[in-house]
Amino acid sequence: MHNNKYLQEELIRMSGVNPKKCMRCGKCSATCPAYDEMEYHPHQFVNMVESGDIEPLLASKSLYRCLSCFACIDRCPRGVEPAKLVEAVRLAAIRQQGANHLTADKVPTMLDEDIPQQAIVSAFRKYSK
Amino acid sequence: MKVSYFPGCTLKNKAKDLDVYARKSAEALGVTLEEIENWQCCGGVFSTARDEVATKLSSVRALKEAASKDQPLVTVCSACHNVIKQTNHAMQTDKEFASKVNNYIADGVYEGETEVYHYLEMLRDVVGYDELKKKVVNSFKGKKIAAYYGCLLLRPNSVMKMDDPENPSIMEDFISAIGATPVVYAKRNECCGGYIAMESPELAKKSSNAVIENAKAAGAEMIITACPLCRYNLIKNGADIPVVYFTELLAEALGVKEDTNA
Ligand code: SF4
Ligand code: SF4
Repeated sequence: MHNNKYLQEELIRMSGVNPKKCMRCGKCSATCPAYDEMEYHPHQFVNMVESGDIEPLLASKSLYRCLSCFACIDRCPRGVEPAKLVEAVRLAAIRQQGANHLTADKVPTMLDEDIPQQAIVSAFRKYSK
Repeated sequence: MKVSYFPGCTLKNKAKDLDVYARKSAEALGVTLEEIENWQCCGGVFSTARDEVATKLSSVRALKEAASKDQPLVTVCSACHNVIKQTNHAMQTDKEFASKVNNYIADGVYEGETEVYHYLEMLRDVVGYDELKKKVVNSFKGKKIAAYYGCLLLRPNSVMKMDDPENPSIMEDFISAIGATPVVYAKRNECCGGYIAMESPELAKKSSNAVIENAKAAGAEMIITACPLCRYNLIKNGADIPVVYFTELLAEALGVKEDTNA
């Protein structure tokens, strides 16, 4: 827990998000297409970063369920832009040594004949450093 | 008129149709798409993190080449468009980010001066839908077509500024311009699941099914898209009506479809 203050500042700086603007209406989570598959939802990312409760987010599978659809960004009435915070926490997680969520050797098992290149490069961009 | 053109990796592979029909149609409409030399993959999705620099260089290089020719930069793929437009916006508005990027850029600085258009914006704002209408030789009269926007064309609206993000009309107006009847339905700007298809096909299935069922319930006989991954997800997850690239219909409407080998 000792470096949480630093991590919190780092996440806020990377994302440009001010979690204090959030009024906890839950609209971001209500519109999130990955809601059912997430253990922590977009509004929780905002609230937990604000309170410094970041470790559970770093370890959560929710990071890899976000679709980068930007719906929570456009539909938040306070302009908080939760997806930017999800992205920052995800990067904080996968930038650590050996923490890539997707490795190249796993890719062939995920493909079929028709899958566009776009899916593969996007997954790499989101899941690996 | 000549514009710079960024095709992107998928349009050279699985989505050749999207590219070939776009080029042929542009020619028929008096626009030449000049492919950026030695372009590199945009990376598929934009990282919103301000300290991600290296992953955005390929977009900046393409933008800068267009600037050196004084041309707007046109893309057809929704994903390339989203990444390049968001990168350009970051170059215009985030000085700290821009100065880091410019450390990597040879021959002078780039500050976001290039105008970025999606091909649909080019049709609407440069060619004009009225002009397009006059050039239609094969009308789709009577066909009920649903536009599928997905996420990337419209969001985030503060950057993309293409259309009203919750009640768009750029694709419906395209559908009308080629003589067909647009079908408006609620899920046209909801996510298909995107790249989650790799990691959780079930989630992609759930999202895509919702779009297909909603479009069909509204009476659609066909769905059009500008995104290879949207098309893949919809087809893979049970679309029993055709899901086609808008450029294919455009080429057919203009009577240039047969000239291609796509
Ligand atoms: S960007 Fe991610 S967190 Fe936000 S609504 Fe989309 S899937 Fe949910
Ligand atoms: S929509 Fe915005 S204000 Fe409402 S809970 Fe989400 S982040 Fe907070």
